[in-house]
Amino acid sequence: MSNIDFNHKVVEMKDITKKFGNFTANDHINLTVHKGEVHALLGENGAGKTTLMNVLYGLYHPTSGDIYIRGEKTNINDPNVAIKKGIGMVHQHFMLVEPFTVAENIILGMETTKGVTIDMQKAIADVKELSEKYGLYVDPDAKIQDISVGMQQRVEILKALYRGAEILILDEPTAVLTPQEIEDLMGIISNLTEEGKTIIIITHKLKEIKMIADYCTIIRRGKHIDTVKVSETSEDDLASKMVGREVSFKVDKEHKEKGETTLKIENLVVKDNRGINAVDGLSLEIHAGEILGLAGVDGNGQSELIDALNGLRQVESGKVYMNGKDMTNKSTKEILNSKISIIPEDRQRRGLVLDFTVAENMVLENYHKKPFAKRGILSYENIEKFAKDLIKKFDVRPENEKIKARSLSGGNQQKVIIAREVTNDPDLLIAAQPTRGLDVGAIEYVHKSLIEQRDKGKAVFLVSLELDEVINVADRIAVIYEGKIVGIINAKDADEKTLGLMMAGGGTDGK
Amino acid sequence: MENKKKKNKYSVKQRLLSSNLTFTIVSVIIGLIIGAIVLLIAGFNPITAYSIIINGIFSRTKYISYMIIYATPLIITGLSVTFAFRTGLFNIGAEGQYIVGALVATIVGYFLELPIGLHAIVVFLAAIIAAAVWGGIAGFLKAKFGVHEVIATIMLNWIALYFSNYMVMKPFLRRPESDSSYEILDTASITILEDWKYTDAGREWLSQHPYIKDFLATPANLGFVIAILLAVLVWYILNKTTLGYELRAVGYNKHAAEYGGIKVKKSIITSMMIAGGLAGSAGALQVMGVTKGISVLPGMEGYGFDGIAVALIGGTTAFGNIFAGLLFGGLKYGGPKIQPPLGAPSEVVNIVIGTIVFFIAVPKFMRMIFNINTRKRGEKNAR
Repeated sequence: MSNIDFNHKVVEMKDITKKFGNFTANDHINLTVHKGEVHALLGENGAGKTTLMNVLYGLYHPTSGDIYIRGEKTNINDPNVAIKKGIGMVHQHFMLVEPFTVAENIILGMETTKGVTIDMQKAIADVKELSEKYGLYVDPDAKIQDISVGMQQRVEILKALYRGAEILILDEPTAVLTPQEIEDLMGIISNLTEEGKTIIIITHKLKEIKMIADYCTIIRRGKHIDTVKVSETSEDDLASKMVGREVSFKVDKEHKEKGETTLKIENLVVKDNRGINAVDGLSLEIHAGEILGLAGVDGNGQSELIDALNGLRQVESGKVYMNGKDMTNKSTKEILNSKISIIPEDRQRRGLVLDFTVAENMVLENYHKKPFAKRGILSYENIEKFAKDLIKKFDVRPENEKIKARSLSGGNQQKVIIAREVTNDPDLLIAAQPTRGLDVGAIEYVHKSLIEQRDKGKAVFLVSLELDEVINVADRIAVIYEGKIVGIINAKDADEKTLGLMMAGGGTDGK
Repeated sequence: MENKKKKNKYSVKQRLLSSNLTFTIVSVIIGLIIGAIVLLIAGFNPITAYSIIINGIFSRTKYISYMIIYATPLIITGLSVTFAFRTGLFNIGAEGQYIVGALVATIVGYFLELPIGLHAIVVFLAAIIAAAVWGGIAGFLKAKFGVHEVIATIMLNWIALYFSNYMVMKPFLRRPESDSSYEILDTASITILEDWKYTDAGREWLSQHPYIKDFLATPANLGFVIAILLAVLVWYILNKTTLGYELRAVGYNKHAAEYGGIKVKKSIITSMMIAGGLAGSAGALQVMGVTKGISVLPGMEGYGFDGIAVALIGGTTAFGNIFAGLLFGGLKYGGPKIQPPLGAPSEVVNIVIGTIVFFIAVPKFMRMIFNINTRKRGEKNAR
C-alpha cells in the first residue's frame, strides 16, 4: 500500500522539546511525515507520544523546536491554527455532544446556515457525501448516545474531514473497538490515504502497526529512538525498541489440571443503571488452578457482573457461591473477607485513591485490621513498612511509599493494585481488564502474575476485551453475549475467528 | 530568548503554587494594598488607618484578649468547614449548626442545675450532640436521596435561625421585657475568674498586676484553649485514625472507597455530623464564655460563613485555622476602630475587611477549584 508521495513533506517537526517544569516530556524529537503516508507513533505509556501530537495540534507550545507544515514554518498557537492548516485530531476520548445527531455533531462550530437558521438538509447532504467518499458509513440522523463506539469514532473522523483536514492524528484509535470494528477502521485508513490524506496514528499495539503503517517512529522516555520502515522490521524488533529490552509475547505456562470448584455462579441476573437486565441468567464455574477467561464485546454485561461479584451491585436473582458458601448480595467487606480479590476494571476510579499515598493505597481493604490499625488508631509505621516490602517485591517505581498514587505511571499504579490484591492471598482473583492502557513491559508483568496465581492453585477469573490476551493467558474461555454465556471453549482450541463469531452472538454447537 | 522567558514564568508560577505560606502572605499583602486604595478613594489616609488598626489590636493586653475572643468561634467554625472539606463535602451549614449549638447551650445552661464544671461539660456536650444531629440531617439527605449538601445546609441555616428566634420569644426562655433569653447559670460559665474579678481580693490583686487586669477586663474565657484542643483533635482524627482514613478515602474517591469495603453513605453522614458538632461547639462556647444567652437575630450573624473564609485562608488544615481565625478575628475587632478617629463610615471599614478577605480567599478558592478540575480530568482520562 503505497500512496506515499515522497516529494511532499507534509509535517516536519524539528528538535521538538517540551518540558513541564523539571519533567521533559519530549526531548529533541524529530518527525517527518510525507503526503499519503500512515505514520505510527509507538511508545510506552508516558513516553511522550500524545504530548508530541498535542504540540502539533496546538494544544501545547513546544519549549523549543520548530514545526514545518508543507515546508512552511508554522507557529501553531492553538488548535484553530492547526485546523486552518488542515490538521485534524481524533482524541482517545471522543468529544461529541451525546444528545445531538451525527450530522449536528459534525457541523458543530461551522454550521451551514440559511438566514439565521441552520440548513440541516444541506448539512445532512454534505455528511452523506463525505461519508460515501471515504467509506465512513454513518446515519446522519442517529443520535450519538444511540450509536456504538466504533460509529462515534467515525463521526469524529468525519468531523475532522468536514473541517478540511488533510493530516489526521488518531490517538489510540483501536483501544475501544471490537476486532471487527478495528478491521473496518483499517479499511477506512487505507481509503483515506488513497485520497491523499496523511495519517499519524498513536498506538502501542504492534500488530496494528504491522497491518497499516508505512513508517513507525519509536519514542522512549521522551526521546526519539528510531524511525523505521514497517515492512522491513518485525514486531519483536519494534517491541524491544519501545521498551528498551527484549520482551517476549508468548506467555509461558505449563499445563495444569484444574481442581475443585471455587466460584459458582447460577442463573445470575443483574440490572444495569438503566434498569435493564445486563447480566441475564448467567451461569459459570471457576475452578482452583485454572484461569477462566471471559471474552466479549464491551457492554455485554461484564462490568455489571464484576460489580455484582464485588458486592457493589444488587443481584436480582440467581446465586453466587464462593467455596460452597452463599455470597449472593453480601456486603463488599464480607466478600473481600471470603478470599476473593478483585483487580478492578477502572484502576483510577475503583482501584486507587489517587490522592492517597502509595502506602495508604496498599491497605485500602485492610486499613482497619492489625497490624495496620489498633482500636481505630492507624499505625503508619506498620503501613509504610508493609508498603515498602510490596514496592520492593513487585518492583513499583519510583521506590517511594510516601508519594501520591497519582504521580505513578499507569503500569506502576496497576502494580500497586496487583501487589495489594495478590498479597491478600485470595482463593479467587478476579482481574477485570488488568492490562488496559498498559504498555508491553507492564502487560508481560501482569500476565506473569496471573499465571503465578494459577500455578499456586488459585482460581483466576480474567475478564478482558483483548482477544489475544484471553487466548494467550486463559485455560478456558467463556464468551459472554448480552448477559449470557454463549459458549465455553478450551484456549488451546480457540482462534480469533471462532471467538469473534461467538462474541457477536453466533454461539457454538447450539450451547 | 522567548523560551527562556517562558521557562521562568513557569517556574515562578510553580513556586507560588507549591508554597502555601508564600501564597497566603502575598494574598494578605495584596488585600491590604487594595484595601488601602479603597480607603484612599473614600478620602482617608490608609497609613493612618492601618496604624490605628494595628494599635487597636496589639497596643494593650485587653485588645489582644478581645482579638482572641473574636477569633475563637471563627477558628472552630473554620474547623467545621475544614473537616467537611477534607472529606469531600462543602459545609455551608456551619451557620445553622452554630445557631443550634448556641440555642441548646442556652436552654441546658439555664434550666439544668448541676455542680460547677460538670454543668459546663454537660452544656457543651448537649450543644454538640444537637448540632451534630442538625449537620447529620444534611448528611442523611445526601446519602439517602442525593440532595447536594450545599442546598440542604443553606435551607437548614434558615430553619435554624427562625427556630431559634421562635424559641427565644417563648415565655419560658424569654427574659421579660427584652428580645433575649435568660442567661445561663454561673455553673455553666467558662469565663475566666468571672466572680473573683469583682471581689475585693480580686480587685486588689489585679490592681497590682495591670497587664493581667487589662486582659481580664474582657469576657476572657476558656474557649480559645478549647478551640486549640479541637484543632488538635480534628488533625488527629483526620490523619491518624481509621475513621479519618475512611472519611478521606470517601472524599477523594468514593468509588475506590466503596470498592475497599468502606460504607460511603455512612461516611457522609458521619462526616456531616462531626462538622455539625464542631460548629455547634462554637455556638456553645460563645454562649458559655461571652454572651451568656441568645437574642432574637434579625439575620445571620455570619460566624458560619466567616468560617468558610477562615478555612480557606487556613488552607483547610487544622492548624492553619488557628492562625486564619486570629487574623480574621483581629480584623473584625480592630477594623471598626478606624471609624471614630477618622470618621470613616462603618461601611468603608467593612469594605476594607471584605477586600482583604477576598484577596486571600478567592485565589485559594480558585486554586482549589483548579485542583479539583485537574483531578476530574485525570479521572476522565483513565476511563
